[in-house]
Amino acid sequence: MGGWFNPEALTPARFADGFERVDGIYSGFRLNHAKGVCVSGSFESNGRGTRLSKAVVFKAGRMPIIGRFSLAGGNPYVADEPEMVRGFGLLFKLSDGEEWRTAMINTPVFGVNTPQAFYDRLLAAQPNPKTGNPDPEKMAAFLASHPETVRATKIIQSHPASSGFENSTYYGLNAFWFMDANGRSIPVRWSLAPVQPFAPANSTGPARPDKNYLFDALIASILQQPLQWHLIITIGQANDPTNDATIPWPDAREQLDVGTLTLERVESEDTSPCRDINFDPLVLPEGMAPSDDPLLSARSAVYSQSFTRRAGEKKLPSAVMPSEVRE
Amino acid sequence: MSVATEQRQFTSHMRLFHWLTAALVLTMLCIGVAMVASLADYHRLVSIHRPLGILILIVVVIRFVNRHYSTLPPFHATMSPRERSVASASELFLYALLVVQPLVGWGMLSAASYPITLYGSIHLFPILPHNVMLYAVLRRAHTVLAYLLFLTFLAHFGAVLFHTWVMRDGTFSRMAPWKVRAQ
Repeated sequence: MGGWFNPEALTPARFADGFERVDGIYSGFRLNHAKGVCVSGSFESNGRGTRLSKAVVFKAGRMPIIGRFSLAGGNPYVADEPEMVRGFGLLFKLSDGEEWRTAMINTPVFGVNTPQAFYDRLLAAQPNPKTGNPDPEKMAAFLASHPETVRATKIIQSHPASSGFENSTYYGLNAFWFMDANGRSIPVRWSLAPVQPFAPANSTGPARPDKNYLFDALIASILQQPLQWHLIITIGQANDPTNDATIPWPDAREQLDVGTLTLERVESEDTSPCRDINFDPLVLPEGMAPSDDPLLSARSAVYSQSFTRRAGEKKLPSAVMPSEVRE
Repeated sequence: MSVATEQRQFTSHMRLFHWLTAALVLTMLCIGVAMVASLADYHRLVSIHRPLGILILIVVVIRFVNRHYSTLPPFHATMSPRERSVASASELFLYALLVVQPLVGWGMLSAASYPITLYGSIHLFPILPHNVMLYAVLRRAHTVLAYLLFLTFLAHFGAVLFHTWVMRDGTFSRMAPWKVRAQ
């Protein structure tokens, strides 16, 4: 009940205000990962995941999916840059009517490990209105008190970004629990490994590419042929931290390929239902449960706050217009 | 009906339903307030909020049907006809709120295209189409109705306290959870 008794406590509403203060207000758009495009296709489960979880999503078979690729930040018209964090939200429609939603990004670990640190970093990175750049002193002060962010940044920088959305690996970031049919629980993380071959970010495209070049390349490649990713489950062990998204699990952890995601269609947010879906990472089917990672409940709360705010706002056209998506 | 056998209390079933509803609704109001202001407990509280809301809807519907087939004790002689009609109207209003509020919650999750999970894989079907403008209206209505419910509860509670402690007419004993003997 923090928000009622302590006006300084971080609430979903204060979080949302923070985003609006730093990035400005864009009517009808998400507070974060505002710039995006919608995709759809299917997930073909190979049945191997049933060993880990009784979730219906892992039973062998095909199910429809809706997804959304995005760039981090609250500006829906921002010019694409290769080093911007890329997001991939996914909604699996399970055969028994349940859903699994997950929101992933293309960095192997997250830069912060608590909601408060996320908020403090957001404000520390706020551009100074005079210079247009973040205040280096504020960020230095933040990093000085957050060694975990310094460590996570080194890990992120050791995984250079790929040339586009279509050949990026996406990571679920937080740990979760899987429960199998016998009631056994194991800690897991998941990621999507692209079938499209990796190419480094700076090797392609002109020096000053188009404002939407990442999105345009994604659209062009889906229109050419379906894009595919393998859903990889990383199986944690007893001592692996489940409450700290800045710490990777050891490389030796077993990884299980549980199925293939195929994207066949791409659509502007203006015409697809994905704009009006909240990719809440805690919409989980039976057989999956949140870990003790404090970011998870906070993500759910803030995503919900962002969804409620934009739901009632006038919808402005998305940067990736319907006309760009047509062949 | 002679004075000796005159019914002074609501039936035991009605009293049971009354106190069950009171406990559920007060719990629900507290959860709702805590939920919207919480980051750490948001998910846990929402996971309780959804099935509890549906439980309240079921209890209230059963209660309303039970009330229809039950004999009500007469109003106290201390209550004027106007007071009696106010009491009856406020009772109906509370019933209406208790039915509408869960339906608005259910409808708002439907309009947002959220899965309406109750427990495990058990979930409800959507009762409205996916439409976020509709969601926005219903989400606001859910808050307004929650405040209205709380205010109506306070008025109900205050009126009973006034009758019981100031007028000393034994109004509370009509709904007391225990059996009250005729004086």
